[in-house]
Amino acid sequence: MSVSRAIAVSDLAKRFGEAKAVESVSFEVEEGGLFGFLGPNGAGKTTTINMLTGLARPDAGTIRIAGIDCSRNPKAAQHLMGVVPDESNLYPELTGYENLCFCGALYGMPRREREKRARELLESFGLAQAAGRKFAGYSKGMKRKLTIAAGIIHRPPIMFLDEPTTGIDVASARQIRQLIADLNSGGTTILLTTHYIEEAERLCRRIGFIVQGRIVRTDTVKALMRDAQDRHVVEFGVSGGVAALCAAVGDTFPELQPQEVSPQVLRVESREPIRIGPLVRLFEDRGEEVSEARKIRPSLEDVFVYVTGIEASVMKQEREKQSKGAGA
Amino acid sequence: MKRWIAFWSILAKDMRSYYLKPPNISWGLVFPLAWTAMFFIKSGSGLESIQTVLPGVMAVSVLFGTTSMLAVTVTFEKKGRSFERLLLAPIPLELLMLAKTAGAILFGMANAFVPVLMAAFLVDLSGVNWVALLPAVLLIAVSSTFLGLFVAVSVSEVFEAQTFSNFFRFPMIFLCGLFFPIEKLPPFLRPFSYALPLTYGADILHGAIREAATMPYALSLAALAAFCTALFAISLRNIRRRWIV
Repeated sequence: MSVSRAIAVSDLAKRFGEAKAVESVSFEVEEGGLFGFLGPNGAGKTTTINMLTGLARPDAGTIRIAGIDCSRNPKAAQHLMGVVPDESNLYPELTGYENLCFCGALYGMPRREREKRARELLESFGLAQAAGRKFAGYSKGMKRKLTIAAGIIHRPPIMFLDEPTTGIDVASARQIRQLIADLNSGGTTILLTTHYIEEAERLCRRIGFIVQGRIVRTDTVKALMRDAQDRHVVEFGVSGGVAALCAAVGDTFPELQPQEVSPQVLRVESREPIRIGPLVRLFEDRGEEVSEARKIRPSLEDVFVYVTGIEASVMKQEREKQSKGAGA
Repeated sequence: MKRWIAFWSILAKDMRSYYLKPPNISWGLVFPLAWTAMFFIKSGSGLESIQTVLPGVMAVSVLFGTTSMLAVTVTFEKKGRSFERLLLAPIPLELLMLAKTAGAILFGMANAFVPVLMAAFLVDLSGVNWVALLPAVLLIAVSSTFLGLFVAVSVSEVFEAQTFSNFFRFPMIFLCGLFFPIEKLPPFLRPFSYALPLTYGADILHGAIREAATMPYALSLAALAAFCTALFAISLRNIRRRWIV
């Protein structure tokens, strides 16, 4: 690829009936970049990926993949793409090895080349022992790994990964994150969607927050974190009476924003550095014992909450629901 | 070249995964056998009636073999989302769907020759016009397969594919002149007969096997080809409209 922008999307829009699924979405991913779409379920992440890969037709906007205009002809750049959908969609009746060979053939790989590549991938993904087993009998983590392997069998320069670690066990998710990081360090451009804030923070260089079909903020992880670093947060472990302490802090130190985290944890936020001594004295004067005072490092989660107005707990609940669904 | 690698791989996978599975092979043998036996017994006129019922049995074997198989397999893959893999492949939709239907076409043609093989042991088939019969069988298989594709694109559940297939198949059997001559149908039904692809296929088969065609071969072949083209074009349009939303 000679162009520096691997993916360039401008004013992308999609409706399903009256519902706006995606609205005025614009972003760019540089060659070799790892861009993360972060947002809750139903935010428009999958619809955006489907439009980029040719599984959905945009109502408006332009899509350029490796400089090729795919807005009208989504097939034009499909040979450059590897796609890992949100659900593993390989053939249940084929073995792992047969699935990989078949996927290689779909991209025109000659027989010997695809067989060699399939064996290599099965080995490197730790699936060599299960190569001869039918895909239907794989565990969820194995299915995800094989689906990723199928997405890269033809060595695509651009990868689309839709919720790659959703609904799988912790160990498999870690392995998959490492595989994604390795792919990216090998030069593959990656667009990843996730609703796991930690995953986006750990893997992505740039992140777009998407909510209700709109991108509300796109920036590098560093720049996003810089916003949060302007805010100072300290959590106090106290013996009780947190509600009364919050009121006292608000009255005594109007520049601080106190918040009850739990019956024994009180959080204080400020734009200025927080002096702990006066606060501890205030709590003790009111008869509460202070067991600890912790400075909280601002996380991407704080930035997400601040920018989108969506509580991180909502995302966590979704994750738990999906994990339970996966385990059922 | 790359596109043809994909084409052959899709065809080979479908043959292995669906059409060459023992239950389907036995279906391909048992079904024509049952139809032959049924009509042979019903006609009660001895071995000479075989040539009368053979065109009907061949056509029905192709029709049932192809429409069900294709409609069910495509709906199954669509529901399991593995069909998305094919839509993501860098091959034109036309070639992709030809690859997907090629297995059913071959399966249907093989079904057609099961009753021919059985008949060959019982009656003299030296008078059969193979030059007319072979393209007719091919085009009946293609049009029936594309009808299955049309059904597959119109439904979302596997059981719907079966029932919706029957909605077309059963009226077609009775209106296409295979077992009841069209001229003996009530006048208001005859226009429907000529709107069915199987009518033209059956007419060629009647002509090729027992010299009883009512229309010129060229006309029937052209009509069948037109049905094939139209069904394929409509199915592709529906795939683009419904599956690439």
